[in-house]
Amino acid sequence: MAITEENPGYKWVGTRPIRPDGVEKVTGKARFGADLTLPGMLFGKVVRSPHAHARIVSIDTSAAESMEGVKAVITGADFPDLAANGAHPSEIDVANNAIARDKVLYEGHVVAAVAAITREQAEAAAKAVAVTYEALPHVLTVDEAMADDAPLLHEAMITKGVDPAPEEPSNIASKILHERGDLDQGFGEADEVVEREFTTKPVHQGYIEPHAAVADANSDGRAHIWCSSQGHFQMRAYTATVLGVSPGTLKVTAAEIGGGFGGKTVIYLEPLAVRLSQRAGRPVKLVMDRDEVFRATGPTSGTRIKVKMGVSKDGKITAAEVWMAYEAGAYAGSPVGAAGMTAIACYDIPNFVVEGYDVVCNKPRVAAYRAPGAPMAAFAVESVLDELARTIEMDPIDIRLTNAAVEGTQASYGPKFPRIGFVETLEAIKEHPNYTAELGPNQGRGVAAGFWFNAGMMSSATVHVNENGTATVVTGSPDIGGSRQSMALMAAEELGIPYESIKPIVADTETVGFNDVTGGSRVTLATGAAVVDACRLIVEDLRGRAAKTWDVEVDQVEWVDGQAQHVDGSQPPLSLNDLAAKSGRTGGPISANASLNSRGVGAGFSTQLCDVEVDPETGVTRVVRYLSAQDAGRAISPDYVEGQMQGGVVQGIGWALNEEYIHDTEGVMENPSFLDYRMPVASDLPMIDCAIVEVPNPAHPYGVRGVGEVGIVPPMAAVGNAIRDAVDVRMTELPMSPIKVLEALNENDG
Amino acid sequence: MAQVHFSAGLRELTGGAAQIEVDASTVRGLIKALDEMFPGIAARLSEASSVAIDGEIFTDAEYESVSENAEVHFLDIFQGG
Amino acid sequence: MPRTHITTVINGDETEFLTEDSTSLLNALRDEVGLTGAKEGCGTGDCGACSILVDDRVNCSCLMFAPEADGTAIVTVEGLADSGELHPLQQCFLEGAALQCGICTPGFLMAAKALLDKNPDPTETEIRYALAGNLCRCTGYDKIIRAVQEAAREMRGQ
Repeated sequence: MAITEENPGYKWVGTRPIRPDGVEKVTGKARFGADLTLPGMLFGKVVRSPHAHARIVSIDTSAAESMEGVKAVITGADFPDLAANGAHPSEIDVANNAIARDKVLYEGHVVAAVAAITREQAEAAAKAVAVTYEALPHVLTVDEAMADDAPLLHEAMITKGVDPAPEEPSNIASKILHERGDLDQGFGEADEVVEREFTTKPVHQGYIEPHAAVADANSDGRAHIWCSSQGHFQMRAYTATVLGVSPGTLKVTAAEIGGGFGGKTVIYLEPLAVRLSQRAGRPVKLVMDRDEVFRATGPTSGTRIKVKMGVSKDGKITAAEVWMAYEAGAYAGSPVGAAGMTAIACYDIPNFVVEGYDVVCNKPRVAAYRAPGAPMAAFAVESVLDELARTIEMDPIDIRLTNAAVEGTQASYGPKFPRIGFVETLEAIKEHPNYTAELGPNQGRGVAAGFWFNAGMMSSATVHVNENGTATVVTGSPDIGGSRQSMALMAAEELGIPYESIKPIVADTETVGFNDVTGGSRVTLATGAAVVDACRLIVEDLRGRAAKTWDVEVDQVEWVDGQAQHVDGSQPPLSLNDLAAKSGRTGGPISANASLNSRGVGAGFSTQLCDVEVDPETGVTRVVRYLSAQDAGRAISPDYVEGQMQGGVVQGIGWALNEEYIHDTEGVMENPSFLDYRMPVASDLPMIDCAIVEVPNPAHPYGVRGVGEVGIVPPMAAVGNAIRDAVDVRMTELPMSPIKVLEALNENDG
Repeated sequence: MAQVHFSAGLRELTGGAAQIEVDASTVRGLIKALDEMFPGIAARLSEASSVAIDGEIFTDAEYESVSENAEVHFLDIFQGG
Repeated sequence: MPRTHITTVINGDETEFLTEDSTSLLNALRDEVGLTGAKEGCGTGDCGACSILVDDRVNCSCLMFAPEADGTAIVTVEGLADSGELHPLQQCFLEGAALQCGICTPGFLMAAKALLDKNPDPTETEIRYALAGNLCRCTGYDKIIRAVQEAAREMRGQ
């Protein structure tokens, strides 16, 4: 492990104990979204559009309603018309995506839902809902959607970010632009210029747990929802919006979540389940099938990206020009904004223009996916940088070191970087034995780097000290990959009591203060900071209680190793256990809350090294060795930091080599199953080596930066660069599937 | 005076200016001053941007203080996964 | 609709339940028997989250009809620990941080048990192929493979 700054000798932070929720998860006891059953509960089923783009002429629910066991049937007409109520456009989009009103905008768009006593009855009733459509012409890609005569998804969509504003509507929701310096001058100073065009396909987050929700509505207008999400407070807010009710009427309990990667920050089933439960007067469970997950949730954008970069002979990048168009799916909101801000953020480039377009098309509305927007842009930029390094015969790490952003560099998206650890990740790769490992025939090695902002946002935590000196740490951040452990480790460090004495829990929306979603790599940073704040309030309280016990001033009391000590040693120490047992005498129960809007977000960088072997006969690419170096700031929980790094890499390898949405000409998805949407399996992969770099974030009490996302930014380019090294072809389309690699090889031979 | 920077996408609101000096002690005051210079810019800035003050990014910066000579950037909003 | 009466041994206990003929064994276990440890990730046998042992063979319970369970002996993840003592695989998954979200974990544990019951000393490649029917989207498999290797070592008494 590369440690770049001295470990300050923490007792718990940085250790690898067993996770607090582990036993439940290896014994089958943990309750995930679909695992709850309530007395009298009905099964729901959603009716979805078979068309990519169509007007809903009529919906006849009478046959379904009269079927055996059916207790409720709902359509868009059962929800308030937010547009008529003057809601914000983004709220209207959320509502219309949850259930269509006038038009369906993609295959899989919800048009109705039913609830019945049994699963089979619900499925039969869903088939009996008769929807009459008037099919409309559709657009599936940015090229089709941006064409002059393209059919429009939204008749009133005027492109934002263009001056003067266009007079005619289009499928382009917005334009983004970043520029600095003088592009012509920059390319004039270059000794070599490389220009390439890239395309990527929509890919799905691929969480193994389909979306699931149970709702139990009461006749007083209140409802309780259990669902698997990345943020139950967010689910409450969105569901209230779609239902047109106050969030306070809804209680949301977070089930264990079976993966999300950004895809469970949005609502799909929750408002439908509540409305069905209200209509039926009984609890309703809605669970998606896998093909519904593919057709109607996620994915992230397909893209077209053009990159032109110039470099001097000594490896300095003199200019970069990036053009990109990102599919948003049915509603505005692709991650092209973040793509524009991250595309060249690793490097200090004096002259650049980055231009991007958010383009709607008749596919499911894109959802966040791990560093949303950044991976596709990095695939393009890092591939071109690799070509430039080859052209001037420079080591791929050295060209990145020559241009690397450091503390004080004016980031391409605006502000100056504070202390960051990009250079350290590059050096960690260079120092690792993988960098000089021998390559066999048809094998090649690729390097790529990536940047992600990470996020802060709002979190709350409550800490209770129990009567025996153990503690409960309560947060509202769903634990998607081991965050309970990082909360417990920081609390143990602060309170000075053993990790095992801390019970971290994820509470419902009525039991703890507001928490933003588990996303943006923010939980260990922001919710962790709230836990640290609450623990420090506890320690202040305990010092006061010890002072009262000893009848001394509080400044005579220190908190060391989980006990109150008199500064001159004149009193026998009081442990947390001692103080807790007698809390009634010193002021009552020991408990503290902390809430914050997190400050001091620390940027994340990752550099990765990939070795592949390409079979020239079949075009099959096999990853034979992989190393990821990532700046964690501080690895509170190294096991789960490595887990995030390895998981991100493997999702990226899938994106690089296999995964893609395939639609037929009618806009119907052709591969909505794990058989045909091929995610990596164990036998596809080697071990994923990790080098955790720790350049502490100066703005966080433990130096945390956040680790969840940046690991997925470099892999596509790392794999592509390795293929280039192995067999001398530059792949510019994802996925780099065997057929495409073979075509490229044949072109080379031809 | 705080140095206020606008991404290229926001410069349509400032008549093309990339950098403007503003005398303000909080982000709220700064946006108010900008809105007097460029009527309508306040609504757009509060809806569509994060703010970086001396390199630190805030999502809800309205009441954050702005020191003398601070470097302030209005950024496009982005979402994490 | 008439329902079929099924008698099985589940996790060592004789168990009876009623089911429709078209119900999957997975749904019967979850809805009728109340064992929700096996998960549905796909319903088409592609993800392995519903893996259970039926007469000592690993099966996707989503691909079996519930009546096929009649007369068989089934082990689910709930039956893996012995009187509250974790199986070495469970212990090694915990110690090796071989799970993140945990939704795939029951399936991996059952598939890994089926492997180690037959082959107590598998190579890394053998483990990777034995678990190739189980999808995990969080871990990249690295720590899962290592946990199975460690459990195999412990079970061999090394």
